[in-house]
Parts: sequence; structure tokens; C-alpha cells
Amino acid sequence: MNAGFAADSVGLVAARRVAITQALALDCGRTLPQHELMVETYGTLNAARSNAVLICHALSGDHHAAGYTHADERKPGWWDSCIGPGKPIDTRRFYVVSLNNLGGCKGSTGPNTLNPDTGTPYGPDFPLLTVRDWVRSQALLADALGIERWAAVIGGSLGGMQVMQWAIDLPQRVGHALVIAAAPKLSAQNIAFNEIARQAILSDPNFHGGRFYDHGVVPTHGLKLARMLGHITYLSDEAMRAKFGRLQRVNQFSFNFEVEFEVESYLRYQGQSFVERFDANTYLLMTKALDYFDPAREYGDDLAAAFARAQARFLVVAFTSDWRFSPARSREIVKALVRAGRDVSYALIDSQLGHDDFLMPIPQYHEVLRGYLDRVAREAGT
Amino acid sequence: MSASLLQLRPDLAVICDWIRPGARILDLGCGDGTLLAHLAAHQNVTGYGLEIDAGKVARCVAAGVNVIQADLDDGLRDFDTGSFDYVVMTQALQALQRPDDAIAEILRVGRVGIVTFPNFGHWRVRTALAAGRMPVTPSLPDRWYDSPNIHLCTVADFEALCAERGWRVLSRRLLDRSHREGARIGIAPNLFCELALYMLQSPERVK
Repeated sequence: MNAGFAADSVGLVAARRVAITQALALDCGRTLPQHELMVETYGTLNAARSNAVLICHALSGDHHAAGYTHADERKPGWWDSCIGPGKPIDTRRFYVVSLNNLGGCKGSTGPNTLNPDTGTPYGPDFPLLTVRDWVRSQALLADALGIERWAAVIGGSLGGMQVMQWAIDLPQRVGHALVIAAAPKLSAQNIAFNEIARQAILSDPNFHGGRFYDHGVVPTHGLKLARMLGHITYLSDEAMRAKFGRLQRVNQFSFNFEVEFEVESYLRYQGQSFVERFDANTYLLMTKALDYFDPAREYGDDLAAAFARAQARFLVVAFTSDWRFSPARSREIVKALVRAGRDVSYALIDSQLGHDDFLMPIPQYHEVLRGYLDRVAREAGT
Repeated sequence: MSASLLQLRPDLAVICDWIRPGARILDLGCGDGTLLAHLAAHQNVTGYGLEIDAGKVARCVAAGVNVIQADLDDGLRDFDTGSFDYVVMTQALQALQRPDDAIAEILRVGRVGIVTFPNFGHWRVRTALAAGRMPVTPSLPDRWYDSPNIHLCTVADFEALCAERGWRVLSRRLLDRSHREGARIGIAPNLFCELALYMLQSPERVK
């Protein structure tokens, strides 16, 4: 099954589509009568059903978290460094479930799938979602998979926000909550970046109010700008300096607006490759879910009161070079958890890259994850 | 003292003796979490350790001890006043920027504070200084240039600070070189104590 792949790779993986037939009432007031979620799973669910782990993805992630969908796929899933046999999220011990969230663009019901009422893509008619909605949808998925309680729910960035929401909303269904490179809510600066990204998309003439599918075009320009902006916030100043500095493609100024500096080339490349794989409506929806996330809001703006409901044990991880969701934001989470009397450990990982470090196999980071998850696995009896 | 305490470092065994079962504690500079793990296993104590060293943090996490990676010199501002039954700091006081501020913070956050430090008044230290050299002793093994200890004090210095700040000494244990309370300690504590343990309380925290 693993032929031709590294020993610690999950190897070839196949996604499947899970139909959720129960109606889902959303925070915006609308109800989805049914929806579909694309799911990949790695490892085997044990007889006691006690070893299931949910992976929550970040803004541009999807269900393909580990392994290869076909033998010549250039790159493995987005968190392959962490998921596999012998890796921190050890698929020999855990049954790992990774999905494309509702509203995503990789096959799960979302703006680019067909609205059964009209037979055309939802586009702007797809409801805006919240992190709470995702947790509700993921809970229905857990029901469909026969998983009553997750041994652990794990996520980085926006994924970490889903982890917190799980622990608060469905406390009896989460054993351990691993919140990585996240924040308890967005800052004004975070929202400001998201707003510029949205304006880039909304003002692209090819956006057509979100109905660009009907026009056979894609708002590539706006989506590309949004991604270029996002990428700046994922990298630290130091990482950009180290990677590009002021390197130029040719060693003289050309006095025009073509690509001159390597960093420009990099951002254009990142933007362009994103446009080929992502949907503009989903990008808008994801940034709004980020902006809306604030689990303390319904508890009198008291995050500790929100966490008082939780039963999970927590591991919170932050990265020194992350300025998008800085370590100070993780410490807010830890402070509230301590105040709520919850079990929590907090590790600050020495890092260079920035926010994206949560995807990197940094030895200190993986040692912490491995040590923590080893105990989770033993607790689960695997 | 219960049998299980025998395998613990003697100063930690004294601390376990002081802490009542079921308490909520904060252990500053918790190392690999030995004290917390022991208290959790034998005295149903809950709490957190603070530790700056990444390797030790990873070992705590692997041992199932709640650990928060933090620099003690940054203070305890993330912790509420009176939110722990005990705040413990073993043999870290002398390495801090401002030990007096640290103790004040310990006594703000903890209803009771427990602090231990190597006694700089010990006769070995005095002998070394009398010979004109900085001491290198079993409890102060580092040399002057590579020692993390920047604010050493004697038992007498410490008690003077407590008196000056109005901190109440609830209990005191002075251990000798073999980390026991030998007979000589009673005669001249500041001369024969190698490791001092204090249980303190701020006058504002008295119930």
C-alpha cells in the first residue's frame, strides 16, 4: 500500500464524499437542508472508537492533509510533515480525519458547487459561515463516521480557532484540544488585512458580484492580490530578508513596473498558483469566518467563562517569529484557560519563518507534539 | 512524611510535606515537572509549572504535567491575585533580576508562597571568601563567570528582607549539606544551613 513512498508517509490516499443528510441551522439564520463534505482518513479506527483525531484546516487548507492522491503528485498533503506512521500525529495509533470545511472549494458543498434549487453554482447565494457553523457541520460528520468523542481535535491558525470552538460548544466530545498558532479573536489589524483582501476580489471586474462562474471567467486579478497580501502576513520580516533580501533578477534598475526584485517574483508566483487552485467566493467566506470568530462574545466577552464549559485538556503552541497571530495572542488563550481552571500546557517554539511555521517540521515543535500525543494515544488505548 | 517522598530530592520532600492535599499550585521554574508530577500522583494537587527552557518544557509535556513556557523575569501578570493556594519557587530566586519583586508577585498570586535558596552564609562560602576567592561549593557549583546566580543572599539577609516588607514567615526549614536538619543548624543556622526553605505569606493575603 505504501510502495514507492517514504516509510513514514501515509502513501496513496483517496478522498471520499460524505453526505450529511441532517439539516444544519447556521448562525446567519439560514438552514442548509443537507450538505456534502470531502474527507480523507488515515489509519484505522479501533474497536473502542477511542482513537479518532480531527484535523481542522486553516484558511486555504482542505481535506488533503497527508500522503499523495496519485503516484506522481508533486507535493504531498498540506500537513504531511506531521501526519503519518511514526510522525507526531501517528497514523499507526490514531484514526485521523481531515475534511474540506463547508463553504470550501475542494468538493465540499460551497459557493462553487451546484445549488439544488437553481441548478447553477451558489456563488454569492451561499450563506456566510462562522467557526461555530463549521463545528456543527464537523459534529454531523463525526456522527456519520460513528465517532462519539475525538481523542484530540487539532488545528493551526483558523484551524486552531475551530479547535477552541469545539472544546467550548461540544465539551463532552473532545478529549484533547491542540490549538496551534491561533488567536482568541482577530485584532483590528488582522481584520484590516482581511478587508483589503476582500476589496481586491470584490473590485475585480471579473468578479461579477460573485456570479463569475456564469460568465465563464475568474476574478484572477483580485484573488491573486488577496493572496499576495496574505502571504506577506504569513512570513516574518526576517524570513523575507533571508530568503530574498533586495536580490534583483538582473543587477540594474529597469525603471518600469515589471518584476525586478526577487520578492516581487515570489509574491506573483504565489498569487498565480493560488488562483489556479482556489475559489474567490470561498476566500471571501473564509476571511469573514475569521473576522467573526470570537467565542467569548456570548459569554459576556469573558474568554475564561467560555472555557469554563470545556472539559478537554489543552496544548497551546505559538511561534516566536509569527506576527500574524503572535505569541501574545496565544498567551491570552492560556491566561483564560488557567483562569477557567482547565488543564493546559503552552510551548513557545523558536522559529524563523513566521505564521507558516506551524506547517514546518521544526524539531522543538514536533518534539512537543509527539510527547503530548503519545500520552493521548496511550489514554486512547493504542 | 510518606514513603513515596523518599525518592524525591530532600528539599522537594519538605515542600510536599508543607502542601496540603487537593491544593492548587503554581511551580515557578518547574524544570522537568518532578514536583508537580509527584504532588499530582500522591496528593491530588492540581496546577501548572512555569519554565523557560524548551527542552524541560517538552519533558513536562511528555510527562503529562501542565507547563507554561515563560520567563520568570517577565513576572506573573497573566495570573490573578490570590488565584493559587501555593506558589512555589525552588532554587531560582538567586538567578532573577529582582528577587524582591518576584517574591512580592509570588505572594500576590499565591495565598502562600514557598521559596528556597542556597544560603550564601554557609561556612564553606565564608571560608572561600576569607581566602579571597569566590566560593565553589556543592550547592553553588558554578564559577563566578559562568554562574546563573546574580543575587545571592544569606539566611540573615533573607529574613531581614521579609521583616522589611512585612512578609510573614509561616514556616522555615534550614537543611545542611546532607539536606537534613542536623544538630549544628540549631546552634548557628546561618553558618551551617546550605539550603533554606521558607513558607511566606503577604499580610494582605491573610484570610
